[in-house]
Amino acid sequence: MKKLMSGNEALARGAYEAGVKVATGYPGTPSSEILENIVQYPEIYAEWSTNEKTATEAAIGAAYAGRRALTTMKQVGMNVAADAFFFSVYTGMRAGLLIVVADDAGMFSSQNEQDNRHYAPFAKMPMVEPSDSQEAKDFVKIALEMSEEWDVPVLYRTCMRVAHSASPVELGERVWDDEKIPEKWVRNQEKYVSSAMWAKKKRPMIEERLEKLVEVSNNISINRLEWGDRKLGIIASGPVYHYAREIYPEASFLKLGMTYPLPKRLIQELADGVDEVIVIEELDPFIEQQVKAMGIKCRGKEIFPPYDELLTGKIERCMAEVGLLPWEKVAEQRDVTPKNLPNRPPVLCPGCPHRSTFFNLSRMKDVIIVSDIGCYNLGALAPFHATDFMGSMGAGFGVSHGFEIGGIQKTGQKVLGIVGDSTFFHNGVTPLLNMVHNGSNVTLMVLDNHTTAMTGHQDHPGVEHTLEGKGTRVDIEKLVRAMGVEQIRVADAFDVNDVNGAIKEALAQEGLSFIIVKGPCFFVGNNKKPAFKVDLSLCNGCGICFKVGCPPISRSNEIHEKTKLRKSQIDPVLCVGCGICSQVCPQKAIKRIDA
Amino acid sequence: MKTINFMITGVGGQGTVLASEIMAAVGLAAGYDVKKSDLLGLSVRGGAVIGHVRWGETVFSPIVPEGRVDYLLAFEVLEALRHLGQVTSTGTILVNQQKIYPVTVSSGLAEYPSEEVIDESLYATTKNIYKVPAIDLALQVGNSKVLNIVLIGALSALFDIEASIWESVIRERVPAKFTELNIKAFNAGRDWMIERKNK
Repeated sequence: MKKLMSGNEALARGAYEAGVKVATGYPGTPSSEILENIVQYPEIYAEWSTNEKTATEAAIGAAYAGRRALTTMKQVGMNVAADAFFFSVYTGMRAGLLIVVADDAGMFSSQNEQDNRHYAPFAKMPMVEPSDSQEAKDFVKIALEMSEEWDVPVLYRTCMRVAHSASPVELGERVWDDEKIPEKWVRNQEKYVSSAMWAKKKRPMIEERLEKLVEVSNNISINRLEWGDRKLGIIASGPVYHYAREIYPEASFLKLGMTYPLPKRLIQELADGVDEVIVIEELDPFIEQQVKAMGIKCRGKEIFPPYDELLTGKIERCMAEVGLLPWEKVAEQRDVTPKNLPNRPPVLCPGCPHRSTFFNLSRMKDVIIVSDIGCYNLGALAPFHATDFMGSMGAGFGVSHGFEIGGIQKTGQKVLGIVGDSTFFHNGVTPLLNMVHNGSNVTLMVLDNHTTAMTGHQDHPGVEHTLEGKGTRVDIEKLVRAMGVEQIRVADAFDVNDVNGAIKEALAQEGLSFIIVKGPCFFVGNNKKPAFKVDLSLCNGCGICFKVGCPPISRSNEIHEKTKLRKSQIDPVLCVGCGICSQVCPQKAIKRIDA
Repeated sequence: MKTINFMITGVGGQGTVLASEIMAAVGLAAGYDVKKSDLLGLSVRGGAVIGHVRWGETVFSPIVPEGRVDYLLAFEVLEALRHLGQVTSTGTILVNQQKIYPVTVSSGLAEYPSEEVIDESLYATTKNIYKVPAIDLALQVGNSKVLNIVLIGALSALFDIEASIWESVIRERVPAKFTELNIKAFNAGRDWMIERKNK
């Protein structure tokens, strides 16, 4: 009996079946559900680590200890993890290790688009790429066995359309002795101490290993030639293989599951057997350039763009443009959607603790607001438009320091750096240390909603629980004080005036000032209270309540006699009773329903 | 056998993800190869959500290819209009008669499309339009949250798959204490569609 599973569920199942004992990661779309599924198998130790580098190091250590391990991250998380996994290619491990990255072609939830396949040749490690849920499960075991046979971590690259799509999966059993304790560690400095004198000796071996892995790639079952019509030979991997297969049911294919090193013999065979080779791959010409370097004529990026996803419709149009698909096979683009439909931008949820901060910041002038990654980045959008920057995890602090040493304050502008609590622990602590040490003169804020909200409410060091159970909470205020910050103010996220006062006071202070805005995410605090309503006899339609950007508030059809403005109304089903709107209403027209 | 393509659209929090899960499981139980894909916005509530479900002999892409939606199951009127270009001229659209204003509309920056624009664009897409009063039917059986199951019930009446298959898939996927409520919701949607088709 096959079970319908998402790619992330299937990957977790694969970890279970393959005897993985340790799984670590930092949440990030579309990778987060891998660990959330793995934790349901009690045989596997699973944790959310503070960031991707920490997570990778933990997984590497577990593999040194002799446990099959994996670590998960989103596409940009790989940049953070890179420092850790590069050396592990030199040391090898005592058990299999997978570096699992979920790429995001199309940038559905990332600040930049990047093709993480490049990390395989960059770090000189082999790579596999599943195309559906069955492969997502099966490739875990295949890659772990490869990792152990060749004493090298394997890059397991998945992507959004595999991670969040579901297809039937044939399940297997866990074949593993969970009672077995690891073998005793024997000191082996030449292998595990990566100082230059020992690491350098391994360089020729690392190149030779890649050469040998080409032969593995030629023979491995997950790379296969599928002969059909001899006109077109298509090379594809990941979900793109399925899109292309659907368009060309008759063509010859080289379907790749192992995409580094490439199977040179199979590529040559395909090229020899067909009239033309086409490489269909999302993002960079990773495969195409290697095929061309073999002296084989092929086309890829001269047909397809090197950015965004390559879904069926786009592949069809691109191929039709160059005469490789009859236009009648391309789906008609129907012009039936009405023009200028209103957008539905994401907004802060009802009851969100960030609302008071961005309401206040949206009304401040001459403050450069250096923000960061998380739900609070919605402060950049309507109705707040209250941020100047967002870049990478921790940069809300790091870049604000740069603004100051760059001299921007000479223009009369102040600098305010913002990070969330999970982001603070992830990569905000080190820039803060830097700012304390170097005497930075900016205001910093941690918006502490007591969770990693945007990716689905995962734990971090500032909360009382871990992925598996009870944890030790690190107090942000105590930590910051211990780091040498003296001007610290804690504000109540659900008190608009308190937050306003805290920001104004901090901006007026000389030297580094620090605000912690505390208030739990609605979905963690679960503090639903009776809803608010608008007293229509008092509302004059001024519209200030819209400036808090709360979904239940809308314009009613009742018009105020004098102002001729439509009065506000609140949907009592959506309202969770946080009261932020009532605090900003100058007419005191917004009242709690039971009051 | 031609692959059957479903697209499920709505607003985060309306229960579209469970609906696409049920659609996929019913297809599997009815003997099809199945793939599905959910495109979720951020974790925050209230954004637009899109689900894809495909039934066929062998399904390749988990995403319905552009312009090839056979059934559009829209949980909200604006989120139906947004995807009309994906529906084939012989396709079928079920649209829940509910309007959820995005902040751009509620704050007065944009206008929600008028009834004329809604009707004109729906019927320009296909003649097979079903305006399902799903939110009203859900409230009648007792809870607006079962709106998704009402819509599934309405859709079920367009297929030659026994009601018991749909019901058992629903039973497996909803919390035990809400099973009867959900079965009522399913039947309310299904009966509405049967009556509508007989008119």
